[in-house]
Amino acid sequence: MENIVIHKADTRGSVDMGWLKSRQTFSFSGYYNPERIQFGALRVLNDDVVAGGRGFGNHPHDNMEIISIPLKGGLVHMDSMGNSSIIHPGEIQVMSAGTGIYHTEYNQNDESTAEFLQIWVFPNKRNVTPRYDQQQITLAGKNVFTQILSPNGDDEGVWIYQNAWFHMGEFDGGNQTVYDLKDKTNGVYVFVIKGDITVNGQALNNRDGMGIINTQSLNITADSDAQILLMEVPSTFNG
Amino acid sequence: MEKQTEILVIATHEGILATILRLLSNNQQWAASGASSLAEAKEAMASSHFDLILLGGGLTEAEEEEVKALAASGGNPAKVTRHFGGGSGLLFAEIYEALSKH
Repeated sequence: MENIVIHKADTRGSVDMGWLKSRQTFSFSGYYNPERIQFGALRVLNDDVVAGGRGFGNHPHDNMEIISIPLKGGLVHMDSMGNSSIIHPGEIQVMSAGTGIYHTEYNQNDESTAEFLQIWVFPNKRNVTPRYDQQQITLAGKNVFTQILSPNGDDEGVWIYQNAWFHMGEFDGGNQTVYDLKDKTNGVYVFVIKGDITVNGQALNNRDGMGIINTQSLNITADSDAQILLMEVPSTFNG
Repeated sequence: MEKQTEILVIATHEGILATILRLLSNNQQWAASGASSLAEAKEAMASSHFDLILLGGGLTEAEEEEVKALAASGGNPAKVTRHFGGGSGLLFAEIYEALSKH
């Protein structure tokens, strides 16, 4: 039987450091809620707003698949592997932190905020050689999902060390679509980037999230013009 | 003063180990020590008791199993949990979660 968990947008963790305003779906840094640790292998979903010219100084990571999806503005990325780039909306960035990586991330623009989703997925393999990639997301069109991440290097979108698939799509109000899970043992976490939708009978609004396990497919209706991110991940992960 | 929770952090990446120890030192309830290899960890565990062992990156699975076996031995076993992410993001929740489990 299908099991769901709903995280309304205003129940997320909230951090305001002046230069960073973050809403955190799961426990992160100073925000700890034992009821909100993870959804299977999905461990972090932070909705970050970074002030002009500010950002995250040089800091390390290891053993995590870290995905950034810019929603507004540009983010400058530099890392200890020698990568230096800027990512914008319409692109996706991935780091497999593996044995260890340092990186810096800051808002390219001095005057306006940058917004991005910071997503961490537990890896299915520890201590891999660190890697970095970024790709343009070319949506297949409106009212369909486009795959932006998978476990396979030769598949559409970026890839990570986990049995996970991410899809994004923009939908016109009134449109209906079905998402069939790639791996029926997985769960799916739905995040509403924009708009109002109904998923398997559950109404979700702007920035709400919903995790679903024990399901084969999702029936999604856009109740208004909407932008949706689907994160299909292993439904259990115990480290 | 309440007894501090003794934590051993094992991570072979020295920069990450130093970062984690620095983060843990900000919490007065925790007293953290570091080991950057299995040999250092075994030495630390032989000379001190730890309430919690954080398995950071770099050890092989066999080495992790050895740490777990050592932690479980004796009359006052240490809790063992893996650390992911290499920084402050998950660190505190990992410790709270591990300590809350019986």
